[in-house]
Amino acid sequence: MTDAEGRLPGLAEAFVATARRDLLLAWKRPGDVLNPLFFFAMVVALFPLAVGPSREQLMFSGPGVLWVAALLATLLSLNSLFVSDLEDGSLEQLLVSPQPLPLTVLGKTVAHWLTSGVPLVAVSPLLAITYQMPGNVIGVLMLTLILGTIVLSLLGAIGAALTVGLHRGTALLSLLVLPLAMPVLILGANTVSLAAGEELYTQGLWALAAYAVGALSLAPFAAAAALRVTNE
Amino acid sequence: MWKYLTRLFHRFASPPHVYQLAGTLSPWLMIPGFLLIVWGTWKGLFLAPEDYQQGDAFRIIYVHVPSAYLSQMAYMVMATAGAIGLIWRMKLAHAVAASAAPLGAAFTFLTLTTGAIWGKPMWGTWFEWADPRMMSALVLLFLYFGYMALRAAIDDVAKADKASAMLAIVGVVNVVIVRYSVEWWSSLHQGQTLLTDEGPRMSEGMLAPLLVNLLGFTLIFGGWLLRRVRTEVLFRERRAAWVRKMMAAEGAHA
Repeated sequence: MTDAEGRLPGLAEAFVATARRDLLLAWKRPGDVLNPLFFFAMVVALFPLAVGPSREQLMFSGPGVLWVAALLATLLSLNSLFVSDLEDGSLEQLLVSPQPLPLTVLGKTVAHWLTSGVPLVAVSPLLAITYQMPGNVIGVLMLTLILGTIVLSLLGAIGAALTVGLHRGTALLSLLVLPLAMPVLILGANTVSLAAGEELYTQGLWALAAYAVGALSLAPFAAAAALRVTNE
Repeated sequence: MWKYLTRLFHRFASPPHVYQLAGTLSPWLMIPGFLLIVWGTWKGLFLAPEDYQQGDAFRIIYVHVPSAYLSQMAYMVMATAGAIGLIWRMKLAHAVAASAAPLGAAFTFLTLTTGAIWGKPMWGTWFEWADPRMMSALVLLFLYFGYMALRAAIDDVAKADKASAMLAIVGVVNVVIVRYSVEWWSSLHQGQTLLTDEGPRMSEGMLAPLLVNLLGFTLIFGGWLLRRVRTEVLFRERRAAWVRKMMAAEGAHA
């Protein structure tokens, strides 16, 4: 991992290079990005079919449904976080590289968030409109989803690192990550509900932001340690 | 002093020694624990005074409270043992963590079921989603399941030990966050505060059997844990010379 003059790339360079590589890979395989999005839209579309299309019902259940669907869609995309790197051997290279592993993991997680969290946030207004959500509430929904998907990507990185290379890894990954994701769901969905009920909702946003900052500073280390264990 | 401690540490790192010690200690915990539970439960069910609000229904605390306490205690044992195993690379600590998980899951399940049985006549509901304690117990149960599933999915024992220890440590943080997030949530939903009203403080006649049962449950848990540790050690060391020698000696007896 040295350049022509034998110099080691700096931390920022290594971080950007890792994120860039994963973004490029996602660009070349758009299915990996699009499938969870279609899944998100379909789950959201299933609920009115099951619980009835009445306007009040949709307005009441909208925040919860959108949040659960976003959580499940994120789970769907987590499995591929380290698996393709394991299969082509580049994960081993990351592990033996002189760059600090938490930084590399953070780079990969940021790329994952950009390819899974950001698209979810981007399509959420379209789906929220079908649930009769007013404009200002949609804004709150997008804010909670931005913060929430950051946390989900980071927590998911820990789960993906623990289960990488296991048979039946997908179901196990959900089993590990879902309990960890519960607080995010409680905070996210209820903040939107409060906004829809025209109550004070900012404390939920602050709590989510605090959670995001906490996860951002701790999760990469946990995920890196987990990768070392599962790939020794 | 330090020398004595390191020697103690090494003795606890020796599987045959721990196997013997656990075998000797286990009945000394199990039998008093069993007797205490019989005594405490009898006192609790027949001698303790009736609660002036809840009548006889309150008597389920003599099972509910000890198991709720042990469901969290077992998790702490599991996470602490896992952390010790990760930091000092002590294999036996991982054996303890692996043995504690199913016990903890059992006690958590017991907590939730006895809580539901108690909650139905008292609060009119089997389960209340906005109660922080119920949600933490439920999430604790899921964490135990995830822990055991992760362990079962990894074939290499050493790898399973470390991966599951990390999950247990992450889970400790999570239980705390769940508790506070549900508290935030339920504080918004007014009208569901009936659960915070615990009723009257306890009289001595009610408290004594509870303390007896708490001690009894803890002893039973300790004894049971040691028995499981023995089996776990035996399984992990199945190819070691001392296990083979012991088995051969047992075979000669039979």
